[in-house]
Amino acid sequence: MTQTLLKVKDITRRFGGLVAVDQVSFDVVQGEVLTIIGPNGAGKSTLFNVISRIYPQSSGQLFFEGVDLGETPPHKIANLGIARTFQNIELFEHATVLQNLLIGHHSLNRTSLLSNLLFLKTTREEELASRARIEEVIDFLGLQKYRDSFVSGLPYGIRKVVELGRALSMNPKLLLLDEPSSGLNPEETEEMAFWIKDLVNDLGITVVMVEHDMSLVSRVSNRVVAMNQGQVIAIGTSAEVQSHPEVIKAYIGAEDEDGHD
Amino acid sequence: MRFIFKTSYAQDINVVKHEGQAFWYGLLLLSLVLCPLVVSEFWMAQINIILIYSLVGFGTMILLGYTGQLSFGHAAFFGLGAFVQAFFTNQGWPFFAALSLSILVNVILGALIALPALRVKGIFLGVATLALGLIVEEVFVKWESFTNGTSGLAVKPAQIFGIVFNTQISFFYLVLGVVVVATLLTINLLRSATGRAFIAIRDSEISAQSMGIHVGRYKIIAFMLSAGFTGVGGAMYAHYLRFISPENFNLFLSLDFVLMVIIGGLASIHGIFFGAIFIIIMPPLIANLKDLLPVFMANAAGLQNVIYGVILICFVLFEPMGLYGRWVKVRTYFQIFPFYRDGMFKRQKSFQKSDRLK
Repeated sequence: MTQTLLKVKDITRRFGGLVAVDQVSFDVVQGEVLTIIGPNGAGKSTLFNVISRIYPQSSGQLFFEGVDLGETPPHKIANLGIARTFQNIELFEHATVLQNLLIGHHSLNRTSLLSNLLFLKTTREEELASRARIEEVIDFLGLQKYRDSFVSGLPYGIRKVVELGRALSMNPKLLLLDEPSSGLNPEETEEMAFWIKDLVNDLGITVVMVEHDMSLVSRVSNRVVAMNQGQVIAIGTSAEVQSHPEVIKAYIGAEDEDGHD
Repeated sequence: MRFIFKTSYAQDINVVKHEGQAFWYGLLLLSLVLCPLVVSEFWMAQINIILIYSLVGFGTMILLGYTGQLSFGHAAFFGLGAFVQAFFTNQGWPFFAALSLSILVNVILGALIALPALRVKGIFLGVATLALGLIVEEVFVKWESFTNGTSGLAVKPAQIFGIVFNTQISFFYLVLGVVVVATLLTINLLRSATGRAFIAIRDSEISAQSMGIHVGRYKIIAFMLSAGFTGVGGAMYAHYLRFISPENFNLFLSLDFVLMVIIGGLASIHGIFFGAIFIIIMPPLIANLKDLLPVFMANAAGLQNVIYGVILICFVLFEPMGLYGRWVKVRTYFQIFPFYRDGMFKRQKSFQKSDRLK
């Protein structure tokens, strides 16, 4: 029996007169990789930002394991188990990789400010436990070499991996990946595909991603949602969606009635 | 060159990372404890004021260096700490009771000032806090029953369990003790989740929020801690000067506090002390320099400010990482000699910040 993890119901987001996301509905099933594709300006990133509560929705509802996300303040999203990465990498530049990953772990920290100021036993134990957890992520992604490097000095490909690691550090149930392969070379994209498969199969994380690289999309995703101009135009397997006439029309453009372009 | 072989996670967390650090910091502390034996009264006074400024430095460093919030109003917290300490010590309150109260009052004011900080950023926050500084300075002038207005307020020396700290040397030990405690608290803060949350807010609010950090709450905490440390500095300053009046806490002092951490090196605890030393030592050094200049220049009005200004501009242009950044470079040069490269500390520029989200 498959279980619905995230339910997106009639989500609309307007910016003034522009309807960026228009009545979008779909369900994300536990343990799947769901990819959102669509041409530029289709509203994919806006939808992501609505799901991670960076923008409030104009109308519609979001349910994560039955919890109404509309009632949840943005900083509580992480506590529910939703992690995300950003399209253009939003790492903490002037901190080390280790610190970045530990910040990813923040939502699991329980110690008080006073305990932190005095570095009481509880804080020390928690720090050691977080550190051990972070080491698992470092091992998983092979970041050992970069543990103490500052992010500001790392190459783009590594930063992308660090950002994935930071999202994994919070033990998420749902991972939102905003263009995981953008800016990566073919080898790095290959690696990214392996990690996405691994984290679904080994760690049991559900993934929703926005992606343009169709070979990556067809390799990792169970289902694909195609969007255009804020609306969902097709949902199905990768092959189904790619051959869907509406999708082809959205990407290539329609021929005129009389056959002339 | 030193290679540290790590065998437990505790090594990343401990305050003292290796024996070398234990040795050098131990030596530093020892030489500070013994320095009154050899240092003249004048320089003891300079060291005391450096330590007091470094207390304020903890405040501004937490706020500006780690949380990335600019404040041009820290003279207000400094002054408030000083006046509360002065007033209640004169009323006969014990030292620690008055100190606790001045911290408390400052923490509350800090929390109130943080509220606009939730809405404005960067230079606009600077302007808002600048207004705070001006308002509070004016309040000090007008509230005569508390501050004695422009005629100033004489302050009793600090007294703990019958020991009176009324000489530069005895006061030095008091303020040194306070600075050591403040340093340890700050180190603790920075190696815990709270300190990391500050860094997260400084570097990217949007992703800090996605990591489950309540941005508003942590900004308020940063302001409260900052105000608290600055208040302690102010309280010590009252006992140091023994006579305070509102003009001690003007806008230029706030600017000094900001410059101090920028010159020292943002986001480093060493930078606090380097900055404090620079700010305090520079004016007498420039005054000494006068003897070397031709007469018509040496007697020109405002010479000191001009030289001071030029040095500051040079810092911002050529060493944006401050004195501590320079120190790290020099140290690295010798550590890995002869393999130092010019570009080692160059930061890669990233043009892909998606600040447009906010």
